[in-house]
This record gives sequence, structure tokens and C-alpha cells, in this order.
Amino acid sequence: MHFEKELLIAVEKMPAFPKSVQRVLELTRNPDSAPKLIVEVIAKDPVMTARILRVLNSAFYGLPSKVTGVDHAVVMLGINTIKNLAIRIAAVGMIPPTNDAGFDTNRYLLHSLGCAEAARLLAQKLDDADPTEAYIAGLLHDIGKILYALYQPRAFRAALDRSAATGLALHLAEQEVLGVDHTVAGALLAKKWEFPDTLVDCIRQHHQAPPRQGVGRTLFLANQIMKVRAFGDAGNPEIVALPEGLGGSLGNDYEGVAESLAGLDNLLAQAGSYAGMKEES
Amino acid sequence: MKLRFWGVRGSIPTPGPETVRYGGNTTCLEVRTDDGTLILLDGGTGIHRAALNLLREMPIRANIFLTHTHWDHIQGLPFFIPIFVPGNRVTLYGPFDPVSGSGVEQVMEVQMQYSFFPVREAELRANMDYRVLKPGVSVSVGDATITPVLLSHPVVNYGYRIECNGKSMFFTGDHEPHTNIYAPGDEAHAAYEEMLVRQRSEIVSAMAGVDVLVADSSYTPEEYATKVGWGHGTYDSSIGLAAAAGAKTLFCTHHEPTRSDDALEAVFAAALARNRAAAAGIDIRLAAEGVVLEW
Repeated sequence: MHFEKELLIAVEKMPAFPKSVQRVLELTRNPDSAPKLIVEVIAKDPVMTARILRVLNSAFYGLPSKVTGVDHAVVMLGINTIKNLAIRIAAVGMIPPTNDAGFDTNRYLLHSLGCAEAARLLAQKLDDADPTEAYIAGLLHDIGKILYALYQPRAFRAALDRSAATGLALHLAEQEVLGVDHTVAGALLAKKWEFPDTLVDCIRQHHQAPPRQGVGRTLFLANQIMKVRAFGDAGNPEIVALPEGLGGSLGNDYEGVAESLAGLDNLLAQAGSYAGMKEES
Repeated sequence: MKLRFWGVRGSIPTPGPETVRYGGNTTCLEVRTDDGTLILLDGGTGIHRAALNLLREMPIRANIFLTHTHWDHIQGLPFFIPIFVPGNRVTLYGPFDPVSGSGVEQVMEVQMQYSFFPVREAELRANMDYRVLKPGVSVSVGDATITPVLLSHPVVNYGYRIECNGKSMFFTGDHEPHTNIYAPGDEAHAAYEEMLVRQRSEIVSAMAGVDVLVADSSYTPEEYATKVGWGHGTYDSSIGLAAAAGAKTLFCTHHEPTRSDDALEAVFAAALARNRAAAAGIDIRLAAEGVVLEW
């Protein structure tokens, strides 16, 4: 309980990623910036996206339906409100270039963006999940790690080291060192912030046996594909073998599934240049 | 049910010889339900004359519903005289503001800061209270039921549906029809359009079958072309809404502040001619200060 409380207090002041903070400030200086450019920036930043969903899904406002993505937020409340929320978040500051955990936030961002893009394409291709939900699940599934890096850096460092040294999956190392892994921390946050239930479940369950369908499956596949391709890195060396039949008609191995996704390479290249680094695959 | 217009001008008060017929005060509507319950919609400068008219009824129980907190919808509130008189009860209802994190309770406090107004909110003598409304969640006031509906404006704006004993009306406050932020052909266009269609149909069903629709009709389509994103509708969009919702009477309001009475009548006549098919069977009028409709 103490841990939960600390985490939730910490997260209320969590800054966003440097690139999106800069872009939001640039774009909003020009009143004629196209709304879609502002939406694109917010949707590429896990912290901005999470904080906007958090505000709009708050029971205090009682919106008639859960806001599931940034576009949806704009439809409900208009671009000006969303833009001004982004400015407020940008004003908090930006994630520092280094942290005491030694966690590479830039590579984390790349991993999250890659998962988001791949999960969206998978949802379209497999046609059993909402592509927007899949994108958001990809973007936010590891949000617990950024919380740890910023607010529990020493313990997280120890977990990262143990995982790197032994090959133990990072979430198991976190359980040993921190007592609670990033899926629990992330889901706690998502639950507290009243995110849609699908998203809460995806975050909580993304290191459990993958569901055979739905957003959970797209997230699992996207996550493993990014690791196979070494696109970004969120600190977990473990690649889970592809369960029989999980790729459905798309393929029997991760590379095959990835190759079936038209446009993935292009999207990853864009994500790579956005996050300020070259594509690593 | 009785509706009276006290302010019909958008953006800024426009007194003067060119606006005497339709009036220069900013938005304020008074609604009286069958049992006499007093509902005021918005507190633009029109609310001052509404207040003078209410003095003889004091003590009063006023229910003021704010569509949003832009100046032209609140600037008359410090001159709503009953707030200074003990024994009156005034409830302000309105939306939340996700950007400031505050609700309608900040409206009086902010505009009555001592540098800007000689009396502070804390010094008001009436029994004041504030209620933040949730979209789609109705409240009962006297014999009326009022339902706030999320519309489209740069700040959160509620349209209000008021129902009483089978009679009904809807006031949009400020509303610009939703537009797709993606160009046709853009990958995200179709999914966004789908959400817009849902949103539009929710708005139309919220005003379905009303006896009276009062709608933001600031611009002509030509004017609108350079004012996209400013948060206002056109005569054409209002007529379209009335037709889609099956409203019996439509009042076009929020008159553009540079428009003289003559110009207003000219653009209105042109709008009716242009929208003859959609307008068929709807009693469409220009809102004007002092106009009363009882039904």
C-alpha cells in the first residue's frame, strides 16, 4: 500500500519525453499548426498519451464513454482543449537525458513506439481487436518501467543488472528486487487513472501466457517482434517462444508474422527518426 | 414553457443605432417552466436587464446554466443584482475545464478578483452554490429536467436540453460542427470520420424532436471559410441541425458583432433561400432581444 501511494504521487508530476515536449512547444507557438501534427506528437509519447487519457477518463468529468485514444479525445473535447493539455504537460519539463537507474529512455521510447505501430497493424490484419486500442496498449504496456527508472532508480538498476547478468526475464528480476513488477505497477496506474478495462488488463497480463485473440494477442506478438528485431530496448532480454498457432494465418515465427505486416518497416523507420535515432534492425 | 431572449449577440456587446432591432447584449436567455421555475441560460450582458426585471419577484431562486465560460457568456454575472441581496438563492451550473482542472465554481471568483471588480465573490450576499455537470447526466430543477450535452468549441461547451411536462427546448451555446482533422486519403481519415459520425448522431439525438432549438449561427458559409476552428456555426449548419433533429422552431442566435440589423436580415433571408429544402416545415427566426415565445 505504501508502495502504491508513493508511485501514484510520483507519477502525477512525471514529465514527458524531450522530443515531444520540444515539438509541442514548437507547434503551439504557431496558431496555424495543423491539428493532426499536434495529435501525432502526443500519440508518440507514452507519458503525454497516458496523462491525457488520465485527465479525460477521470470520473470527475464523467464523459459518456471512456476515451480510448488521442484522436478520440479530440473528437470528444476538440483540438484546442487537447492542445492546451499538451502544453500543460510540456510545461512540467522533460524526462532527463540520464537517470540513476542507467535506463536508456530513448531506447525505451523506441521499443514502445515500435510495439504500438506493430500492434496496430496486427489488429488490422488479424481483425479481432480495435487498432487504436492495440496502438495504445503497445505504447503504454511498459509504462511501469519508466516509473521505476525515474522514481525507484536504485532498485530498478539492481533488477536490470540481475536480468542482464543472468538472462532472467526483467519482470522476474523486478519481483525479486522490488517485490512488484512493472506490469503490476503499470496496471495499478492505469486502473487508478480509469483507463479502459481492456488497456488495464493488457498492461497487467503482458508477461502472462498470451491470450489467443484480441488486443492482448496483438500486444504479445508486437512486443516479441520488436525484441527479435532488436528495435529499441526496454531492458528485458527474454524472448518468449511463439506459442503454436498464435500467429494465426500470418506465420509460424515472429519474422514471418512481421513480414506479413505491410508498411511495418516504413513505420519503424519513421518511429526511429522521430525518437532521434537510426533504425536498428 | 416560456422563453425570453435578453441577449443574442456573440463575442462582444454591440450597442448603437445599427443594432437596436435585434439588440447588442451578449448571450442570455430566460426560461420559465410551467410551475414558474426560473432558468437562465448563460450570463452575458443581457442578464443585467433580466435581473432588473426580476427585482420585483425577490426573493428569487435562480438557476443559471452556463454553456461555457468565455467572456460573452459570463460577463454579465457580476451585474446579476440578486447575488448582492440576502434571501436570494442562486445556483450556477456548468461544465468542467480539463485544462485548469477546475469547474464552474471558478467563474465568479476569477472575474470578481479585486483588481477587476470592486466586490469579491466572498462578499456576495445571496446564497450561492455551484454545480459541475457531467455530460449526459440530467438534473432536475423544479418541474424541469435539464440535460447537458458535450458540443464542439475551443473550451468545453454544453448544449442544454430542457424538458417540462412534454415540452422541450435545446440551446447550443457556442457550437461549431465537427470537422475531420485528417485529409481524405490520409490513413487515419476513415477511423476519425467514423468517430465523428457517432458524435454528430449523439448530438442530433440529444436535440431530437424539440419544440424549440436555439443555435449558434454566427456566420455565413463564406465567412466561415476563414474562421474554421473558432468554434461557431453557420446559418446553414443550424438549419441542418434543426432538420436532422426534427425541431419545430429554430432561433438563429449569437449574431456576429459587426453585423447591423439590416445586414443580419439580408444574410438570414439569403440563408433561408439557400436552404429551402432543409428548412421546409421548420419555423425559422432570428433571435432578438425582448422576443418571447410561450408554448
